[in-house]
Amino acid sequence: MDKYSALPKQGVETPALARRISTLLYSKVKLRLTLLLAAPLTWLVLVYIAALLALLVTALYSVDSYTSQIQTQLTFKNVLKVLTGQVYQTVALRTLGIALLVTIVDTLIALPIAFYMAKIASPRLQRLLVIAVLMPLWASYLVKAYAWRSVLSNEGIMQWLLRPLGLDTPGYGITATIITLGYLWLPYVILPIYAGLERVPNSLLEASGDLGAKTSTTLRLVMLPMLVPAIIAGSIFSFSLTMGDYITVNIVGGANQMLGNLVATNVGNNLPLAAAIALIPVLIMFGYLTAVRKTGALENL
Amino acid sequence: MAGNSAPIAAIELVGVSKSFGAVTAVQNLDLVINDGEFFSMLGPSGSGKTTVLRIIAGFEPATSGTVLLAGQDVTSKAPFDRDVNTVFQDYALFPHMTVLENVAYGLRVRGIGKSERNLQALEALRMVRLEGFEDRKPSELSGGQRQRVALARAVVVKPKVLLLDEPLGALDLKLREQMQIELKELQRKLGITFIFVTHDQEEALTLSDRVAVFNQGRIEQIGTPRQLYERPESEFVARFVGTSNIFSESEAASLLAQPEACSVRPEKIEMRPSSQSQKDASVLPGKIIESIYIGSATRLIIEIDGGKKISVLRQASAGSETNFDRGQQVFIEIRNADLVPIKK
Repeated sequence: MDKYSALPKQGVETPALARRISTLLYSKVKLRLTLLLAAPLTWLVLVYIAALLALLVTALYSVDSYTSQIQTQLTFKNVLKVLTGQVYQTVALRTLGIALLVTIVDTLIALPIAFYMAKIASPRLQRLLVIAVLMPLWASYLVKAYAWRSVLSNEGIMQWLLRPLGLDTPGYGITATIITLGYLWLPYVILPIYAGLERVPNSLLEASGDLGAKTSTTLRLVMLPMLVPAIIAGSIFSFSLTMGDYITVNIVGGANQMLGNLVATNVGNNLPLAAAIALIPVLIMFGYLTAVRKTGALENL
Repeated sequence: MAGNSAPIAAIELVGVSKSFGAVTAVQNLDLVINDGEFFSMLGPSGSGKTTVLRIIAGFEPATSGTVLLAGQDVTSKAPFDRDVNTVFQDYALFPHMTVLENVAYGLRVRGIGKSERNLQALEALRMVRLEGFEDRKPSELSGGQRQRVALARAVVVKPKVLLLDEPLGALDLKLREQMQIELKELQRKLGITFIFVTHDQEEALTLSDRVAVFNQGRIEQIGTPRQLYERPESEFVARFVGTSNIFSESEAASLLAQPEACSVRPEKIEMRPSSQSQKDASVLPGKIIESIYIGSATRLIIEIDGGKKISVLRQASAGSETNFDRGQQVFIEIRNADLVPIKK
């Protein structure tokens, strides 16, 4: 008797076809990769790149002013209108300004929070804080925006808190928009900075102090330069999300409009014009991403 | 002259303790490190040696006790207010700065002008034989080169004491031996106190003027390498520094006719052809159960009657060489003078 005959026959019963396919996939690297990426790549090309191209092409169409039909003859009329029109320039600059301010405010708030999380808090508290930072993302965007609307209202908590100090709630307007957007995007700014800080070994900070640097000098000469990529990574989120927003400004912005509002109001009656307006944030973001690519920030996302 | 004043110690720790939560890392430690000496803190990981170094550097506040630096109380001072510098285990070079900027960093934060600090940094780089590397980034250097940059960066600010936290741990054997020699040379040239943390007993013995052996947050023994090796005072030191045969109190009484527990080094034990008893020595019969050839010597494990295993080191010598094989019956001779009593 064969002494192995008592053992189950492993492998022998595997269907020959499955085994042949496995062998084929194992040896053909390119085939394997193609099969793996086919579905997601198709999705990406269709949904993302094709949609972006459609946007670009639509911006070059026009609308017949009598019939309201879209005419597919290519023209730069809408693009020129958006680039030279007073209204569009004003709103574009306002949107850019709000996006910059939201980014600056978020970065300034995120830096100490992320520093505390990464370098001071105990491992247990650190985990709790990460959850606490992520928690607001579970709530609906609309709910949070409306919550701020009530906080900032004339009879709201803000008013109640500030009145004893002789101050008033900012009310609805650009300030309220910046506060609300800053709140909404803060987790997206804290997390990359936190991750970046985690990657700075404590020994570097100790070495700096050991060599005679005061804490402020250590932050300026060691911490900040090493954090630049992480800060830029966070700013990409707050900046691009603000550039595309139109709901928050509707809810707490008073009469102010951002680029998103112009797109939203034109989508119904003049789609080509809406597409042309939508190209502005796309171009600004493209420029920003190109500029920061060199800093290595994109590896931090 | 009566009352000759002792020189001021470079470092003095008085009753220093350190706890992390419920864990006591350092227990009521007293330690005096002399000016200009190469002092090693040796011990297994978790023995508290690195914690003591970090307390001296100021990275960890002591839970209780006093730290004196050149006679001055620095217990509550921040690292940047202490005249000591550290070479870190992971080197801790600033990755966004060039080698020259790294070395010049300590001078830069002291407000020394660019041309002057670069001059001094270049001088320090020359001392660690790294001229020509000043424009590279740390990521473009090998482990040994990073080590030298870390050394240059620490000594360029001319500290009174240099703290080294297992600085050679990440290097391979050949490089480590070379760096040991360079460290020793550097210390002689600078004439400053080096405090060196290591778990490698050979490294500690090779480099140091004095060694403190740490175990469980306490110092087991302080002494010159010779004292530690020749006269280990505890079983822990006898085992941790080199190899030792340990005889418990009862074994010492029955086998060696000694009143207390003691240890003996493997190379001090002689092989004898017969049981003929020697003056002031014990001769024990046994059997070779393992013979390990290690080039310059042969390590024998001999089981003496009663079952105790004894390690014996036979140095290879000029001329004919006796062979020892497994299973062979032998006699070992242990001289009373080579026995070191173990104080518990």
